[in-house]
Amino acid sequence: MAAADKIVTTTGLLGWVDERFPLTKLFREHMSEYYAPKNFNFFYFFGALSLLVLVNQILTGIFLTMHYKPDAASAFASVEYIMREVNFGWLIRYMHSTGASAFFIVVYLHMFRGLIYGSYRKPRELIWIFGVIIFLMLMGEAFFGYLLPWGQMSFWGAQVIVNLFGAVPFIGPDLSVWIRGDFVVSDATLNRFFAFHVIALPLAICGLVAAHIMALHEVGSNNPDGVEIKKTKDPVTGHPLDGIPFHPYYTVKDLFGVSVFLFVFCAIIFFAPEMGGYFLEANNFIPANPMQTPPHIAPVWYFTPFYSILRAVPPVFESQFPGVACMGLSVMAFFLMPWLDRGAVRSIRYRGAHFKTWLALFVASLFILGYLGTQPTDVWGRFGEGVPLVGGSERATWGARLFSLVYFLYFILMPWYTRWDKTKPEPTRVTG
Amino acid sequence: MSTSPSVDRQRRNLLIGTAAAGGAAGLAVAVPFVESMQPSERAKAMGAPVEVDISKIAPGERMTLEWQGKPVWVLHRTRAQIEGIAKSDELVVDPGVEQAQQPSSLKGNKLRSEKPEFFVAVGVCTHLGCSPVYQQDQDRFYCPCHGSKFDLAGRVYKGVPAPTNLVVPKYTYLSDSKLLIGTDKKEG
Repeated sequence: MAAADKIVTTTGLLGWVDERFPLTKLFREHMSEYYAPKNFNFFYFFGALSLLVLVNQILTGIFLTMHYKPDAASAFASVEYIMREVNFGWLIRYMHSTGASAFFIVVYLHMFRGLIYGSYRKPRELIWIFGVIIFLMLMGEAFFGYLLPWGQMSFWGAQVIVNLFGAVPFIGPDLSVWIRGDFVVSDATLNRFFAFHVIALPLAICGLVAAHIMALHEVGSNNPDGVEIKKTKDPVTGHPLDGIPFHPYYTVKDLFGVSVFLFVFCAIIFFAPEMGGYFLEANNFIPANPMQTPPHIAPVWYFTPFYSILRAVPPVFESQFPGVACMGLSVMAFFLMPWLDRGAVRSIRYRGAHFKTWLALFVASLFILGYLGTQPTDVWGRFGEGVPLVGGSERATWGARLFSLVYFLYFILMPWYTRWDKTKPEPTRVTG
Repeated sequence: MSTSPSVDRQRRNLLIGTAAAGGAAGLAVAVPFVESMQPSERAKAMGAPVEVDISKIAPGERMTLEWQGKPVWVLHRTRAQIEGIAKSDELVVDPGVEQAQQPSSLKGNKLRSEKPEFFVAVGVCTHLGCSPVYQQDQDRFYCPCHGSKFDLAGRVYKGVPAPTNLVVPKYTYLSDSKLLIGTDKKEG
């Protein structure tokens, strides 16, 4: 057996373990001898922070399930019970609900980092793809979790999203019945969403996070200059000259990031857990009523850009499928990033005006679509009756159409504008 | 290794055959799990017809009741509202009521109801299933979720996200004041 000829240098208890399990080996490979570029900046905090929030969600989630009841008749009351009668229940629940929004904030910044520094490009395509799958699962996780308090927004949000699947040609109506387990959103739906939320998706997310990190440690981290540190190695040690061991250098740096993050996180939990209706919506403090839709429904902030795209697309041939398809594509497009980008360099530091302009337009449309998604469609009023083509229609709907187009053009035109871009020469070593 | 000439063909074929059969059996195990997510027998039994007394609904008022877990409206239309429906012909997608969104006996019926005064419809937007709001001052139904609009016969306006008219369920008059919703037979 291989165990007989392996060399174990540790002694004592650690040596005993190392002979039976690669503990020291794993620690070296992933921490003390994982060489990360020395020039990580602000944007490189958000991977570690995502992991922190994931742990927060799992831990607080376990304690919430001890008191929550996944039953249409008692779910709403059990959440109020947690808030008012369970010791520190309010704190655990606010940690969980604030954690959901925090998760999307850190993940969006983490993804933005990937976009600006080209972290999705060869050889990091699989890291990126695992990441996009995690993002999709996270959206599912947030959606399933949002039904659980069984408030008005929970109910009608689930109603709308499940009906999206009803728009799929041919199998749609049967598919949405199968997802709900009933002909309307009901107790059956709540019970299965609970199952997805507490076990199915968290399990899948943890597995994918492991794959995401393993793929990262296989090829090594990108950095703000977008140059490969593995190209310049110390001839004696064989370690990258611009690399520093992840532990202790980045574990300590990340701990600093974690403390700053926790300051903000705690401030929200203690002083603004509802965040003015953005983290917890007012209508969700009303128990679900299948007979009456609230006068204004909007998803939670992290879904609003995609919701805006859905709302902007008009039906074609009596079918709402195009809108649903566009919303799906708006997320799926991220999968193609490694192959759409034909730029000569990775990092925004050496890109030209084309790339920077399109990235700015993309981010701007994301914010505008995000804002519009929180508002009713008549928020900007209407065009006058005399205006050609768009007379009498809602300005915000046309605004959403325009910015949805910009959003998609960012991806569609990428192979051309990245190639035509006048890039600056990349340095051979990282700069700072 | 696998290309070595000493491969026992018979054993190899047996291996492939059993692996394929095992794989197929493994896939078949998915069937009970997928099927378990379909509506249960209890959920299916909830679709029984509902009886409703419509004599208390004042003209211009709308009543909401529950049938199959969905809101069903009975709107008592005033004379002016009935006449107003003809005026919305130009604004709606399907002025001639051709879409199959009502019992076949009401096809081509512009008021989409058995009696002109009482409009019965499933109060679920055909876009994504929200329940539209009755805007009495504007004689229309308005969906708060995505802005779809319907006239008082449930016909969908042009240029809104909802593709089709509101669904009119099967119903039958048991007497002048009693409606049975969910069937077109008096027995239920």
